[in-house]
Amino acid sequence: MTYTDLPNKLTGIFAMPVPKPPDESRRSFLKISGGVGAGLVLGLAAPLPKLGPTGAQATSGALAPNPFLRVAADNTVTVIIKHLDKGQGAATGLATLVAEELDADHAQIKTEFAPADPIKYKNFAFGVQGVGGSTGLANSYEQYRTAGATARAMLIAAAARTWNVKADDITVKAGVVSHSSGKSATFGELANKAAGESVPDKPTLKDPKDFVFIGKSFPRVDSPAKVNGTALYTIDHQFDGMLIATIARPPMFGAKVKSFDASAAESIKGVVKVLPVPQGIAILATNTWAAIKAQRAIKVDWEKSGAETRGSAELVAEYKALLDSPGTKAREEGNLEDAFKAAVKIVEADFEFPYLAHAPMEPMDCVVRYDGSSADICTGSQMQTLDHATACKVLGLKPEAVNLHTVWAGGSFGRRAIADSHYVREACDIAKAYGKAVPIKVIWTREDDIKGGWYRPLYVHRIKAGLDKDGTIVAWLHRIVGQSIGAGTPFEALLVKDGIDSTSVEGANNLPYAIANIRVDLHTTKGGVPVLWWRSVGSTHTAHATEHMIDMLAKEAGKDPVAFRLAMLKDKPRHAGVLKLAAEKAGWGQPVKPGKFRGVAVHESFASFVANVADVSLRDDGSVKVERVVCAIDCGLAVNPDVVAAQMEGGIGYGLGAGLKGAITLAGGEVEQGNFDGYDVLRISEMPRVEVHIVPSAEPPTGVGEPGTPVVTPAVANALLSGTGVRTTVLPMNKQRYKSQS
Amino acid sequence: MAFTVTINGKKTSIDVDPETPLLWVLRDDLKLTGTKFGCGAALCGACTVHLDGEAVRSCQIQARDVDGRDVTTIEGVTGEASATPVAKAVQAAWIKLDVAQCGYCQPGQIMSAVGLLTQIPKPTDDDIDKAMDGNVCRCATYHRIRAAIHEAAKTI
Ligand code: FES
Ligand code: FES
Repeated sequence: MTYTDLPNKLTGIFAMPVPKPPDESRRSFLKISGGVGAGLVLGLAAPLPKLGPTGAQATSGALAPNPFLRVAADNTVTVIIKHLDKGQGAATGLATLVAEELDADHAQIKTEFAPADPIKYKNFAFGVQGVGGSTGLANSYEQYRTAGATARAMLIAAAARTWNVKADDITVKAGVVSHSSGKSATFGELANKAAGESVPDKPTLKDPKDFVFIGKSFPRVDSPAKVNGTALYTIDHQFDGMLIATIARPPMFGAKVKSFDASAAESIKGVVKVLPVPQGIAILATNTWAAIKAQRAIKVDWEKSGAETRGSAELVAEYKALLDSPGTKAREEGNLEDAFKAAVKIVEADFEFPYLAHAPMEPMDCVVRYDGSSADICTGSQMQTLDHATACKVLGLKPEAVNLHTVWAGGSFGRRAIADSHYVREACDIAKAYGKAVPIKVIWTREDDIKGGWYRPLYVHRIKAGLDKDGTIVAWLHRIVGQSIGAGTPFEALLVKDGIDSTSVEGANNLPYAIANIRVDLHTTKGGVPVLWWRSVGSTHTAHATEHMIDMLAKEAGKDPVAFRLAMLKDKPRHAGVLKLAAEKAGWGQPVKPGKFRGVAVHESFASFVANVADVSLRDDGSVKVERVVCAIDCGLAVNPDVVAAQMEGGIGYGLGAGLKGAITLAGGEVEQGNFDGYDVLRISEMPRVEVHIVPSAEPPTGVGEPGTPVVTPAVANALLSGTGVRTTVLPMNKQRYKSQS
Repeated sequence: MAFTVTINGKKTSIDVDPETPLLWVLRDDLKLTGTKFGCGAALCGACTVHLDGEAVRSCQIQARDVDGRDVTTIEGVTGEASATPVAKAVQAAWIKLDVAQCGYCQPGQIMSAVGLLTQIPKPTDDDIDKAMDGNVCRCATYHRIRAAIHEAAKTI
């Protein structure tokens, strides 16, 4: 594929300048001769790496047989990470794969983020460079292992030639190549020679039974730098002459600048320039404090006629009104009408889910340097191809004139995977408007972040289900109302089919339970609040509605929630597997201590299966305290089990924070929250003890970044249902107080 | 206005708007970027440093108020020479348990944890919750933070 073959929808919607097809001789996997090897890898990045420490750096005498690794004479192995690492462990995961096949030593592994290149570094799940949907490891599993195996074969070939022995008699272990005769050499000693060996076409990959790192232990590569403060995030980048930019942003979605008075802002020492840009009014200052003060001081009169003026209460009321009429069909089996007629008991519940902000710990930010003919962009770029293409378009530059440097991101949870690349776009808009070739760092304050939109959409659901006389579910109607994440974006063709945005119904239309008569339908609403995927996307709401409903039905049927589910999961061994494992490890069925309640939920997302058992108690004021969560996950082969566990722990905390207290609300079109006081997030005192159990598996690895998030809230709600009899249909849970029945 | 402050053991003079939060003095003027910005409003703890030995939110302390005082940042508790035994133990425990995910909150977490362990060498879960509740981690690494504090306490 070439740059111009990018999916039409992507290029079409961006209307980006058609990039020149890259020079194939520079781009293809080439055999590299010693000495200049690294130069070839590097030749791809335009020569502007003044900005930022990222991008492949030349090391002489290196072995660099492919774009994914470099073995240097100093005995380091640098793994080139094609995906953003925003905490999910991409760097560690991809390094694990290379180290495994290379038989490297953990201590010699370094990582470096790849430059933007939609061909070499594409995500096979998207066809362009970027990461999301928990695809990072799954799409790289063979690729990075092969990269490591290739280098290993070349190191062996070089050793065989040097020692004049047969390659078959050479072994590699922990970064040392040795021969039965006692000869041995480090990778570094062989790198230069190995670079002269031919690149094997199809290097043999290890038999999984011989793995030393995969499925075992490979400590995070980023822990030391993240513990001593040296890991550089976008916001940490500093360059000579750099200006800091803030933007006075509209108070309502869709409001535009009518007029502004910059006099108070301009009088602040350090403010260099106040500039109107499409996003609002930009302030450029020599230091961050001046830029923040000026953002507060600037007076803007906003044109609100085109803005969204509805509040959350109005939206919920409008959405609820749609619940009585059928939506667009996402799934239909059997005859629902007859089944409801025949049912002996009907259970119905309406659910409300608020907007949610991602609120990554590092607010959005981007550094740009633009001189009229070339540019560097430095940011935690999650969709490199889109961000790069956006920069090219805004700045009117050819792809080869723009370098995108990906750096560590202080979280994302979906926030940095943004179709319109607005955080890169606005930086380029400012750079272009300013017109001077100085680096500019745009920062968002926390208020910009919380009020800035791109939320998990507000949704309203209705589930109506019927039980027969044996307490079996015979009818299931699930109606969902909410905004589409994909519509109007370059992802539309991928996500929206026959009027159904898959992210609105995922987790609902693939309900795993054997129910003969079932219908899932969707009303897609329109509105001015920009929405986005939020860690685990559709499952953030569908898992809660479906799994809480299952417990309501189990209760009506007088059945045990685990047994009730298992009876409907006969054809779903992986759902059943995690459910049984979590139940067993949690001591399901044994009496819980007085004052504690236990609940369970199971859900599949991103091709991984997760079950949670939550032990919950109530505080004196009737608020909810989650004491322990036992989590079972089946994610295929767990490449790095400790990273899997960490993602489950973190996913549970992230999901629980939203379930307990997360809500963005609007009044008259204005967001009512602005910082972590109004938009409260989970704190350490609210974090349950978490136990993670991984189902042993030889299936290909699937996602772990997201699947841990959506299961805890329904598990907690189910515990509350059992202990208090109260249904949790309106989230977050702090909207109500619970009272124990016992 | 010019101020003199001891930063990580070094007397340093700074010339800034007296209202400038210490956070931005550290990050912009002194290029000590280990201390992070998360909220600017004492709500997240990402900016935690030690002022005269006590954990404080640097986003809430103005430059004028640090004149003549002693500030320690994450850079100051790192490395053989400068780290106290408590700081070393905390950082080693953090690495041993691979606490960090995105890592952005971790310098603040570590400064708070060092503050806690300096005052209470063997903290209970309750002590940890109280001392660390102001430090948000959006990756929710809390589970491991708790474990790492206990781990560090064992080795001090
Ligand atoms: S930045 Fe100071 S507490 Fe959040
Ligand atoms: S590790 Fe990401 S915010 Fe704490």
